[in-house]
Amino acid sequence: MGNFTGQELIYACSAIGAGLAMIAGIGPGVGQGIAAGLAANAVGRNPGAKSAITSTMLLGQAVAETTGLYGLLVAILLMFVKPF
Amino acid sequence: MNYIVLSESTEYGGMMIRGLFSYEIFGQKVWITTTHVSLLIIVILILVLAFLANRKFKKAKAEDTPGVFQNILELGIEKLDAMVEGSMGANASRFRNYIGTIFVFIILCNLAGVLGLRSPTADYGVTLPLGLLSFLLIQINAFRHQKLHYFKSLAEPYAFLLPSNIIGEVSVPISLSLRLFGNVLSGTMILSLWYSMIPWFAKIPVSPFLHAYMDLFSGCIQTYVFSMLTMTYLSDKLDG
Repeated sequence: MGNFTGQELIYACSAIGAGLAMIAGIGPGVGQGIAAGLAANAVGRNPGAKSAITSTMLLGQAVAETTGLYGLLVAILLMFVKPF
Repeated sequence: MNYIVLSESTEYGGMMIRGLFSYEIFGQKVWITTTHVSLLIIVILILVLAFLANRKFKKAKAEDTPGVFQNILELGIEKLDAMVEGSMGANASRFRNYIGTIFVFIILCNLAGVLGLRSPTADYGVTLPLGLLSFLLIQINAFRHQKLHYFKSLAEPYAFLLPSNIIGEVSVPISLSLRLFGNVLSGTMILSLWYSMIPWFAKIPVSPFLHAYMDLFSGCIQTYVFSMLTMTYLSDKLDG
């Protein structure tokens, strides 16, 4: 191990922080899975309403996805924009 | 500080927005980037399509059999109108022009990745104006519909909830634009990482499926979600 500068330490910590920020992907994954499962359940009960159920499910999943995307954007900013 | 907006190198493939050439205006350095080029191509495509469609429909007579081009156009417009009708009901006739326009624009922007262009929607400078436009449309129509009750509705159900209601309104364009931007940018990044990672013979079997998922599937879903959310917010204001 050679010496490293403070800036290199900051880059290393940014990379670790980007990885930690992507833990935010767990929540939307679980939420979208629950939404898709319940939509499949609903289609099984009422196959006639398939198109309405699908559009409602897509809308709900898109809103649930937003928090995960914020985590992704934080990770991208840390990795490529290097704000510090 | 290393701006994501302007990387002059081709270091990350198509991941970054790349400045093509710059010029000085009022002492300010202004860049023409890959986003401008893609946008220009898409706008010219839409203009040519609109011009041809206009000429076709002006010449069309009721007793003629419609050709392929006219059938495709009529099918697309009927589907768009049915989508707006299904989610807005009685208010649909006032907003089908706006929703149809942003739908066609965003879907062409998202599908630009298939043509080898960098998707313009993977640039926050394109999605933020789209979000702000929808926000202005929602707020102006809410004010015209509700008149003075508009200000009262911000302080409902209790007066001390006013700040949180205002934050809820202001976060609409931010979440609309960031959702579109984040989805398209993540697809663009994954594809360019894949392309920069491996030698050329390994690219062939996998990248078509990546393109099909990231550009076609995800692009269409995000277009649908953007216009659907705009319509949901609008009808929420107009019916409430």
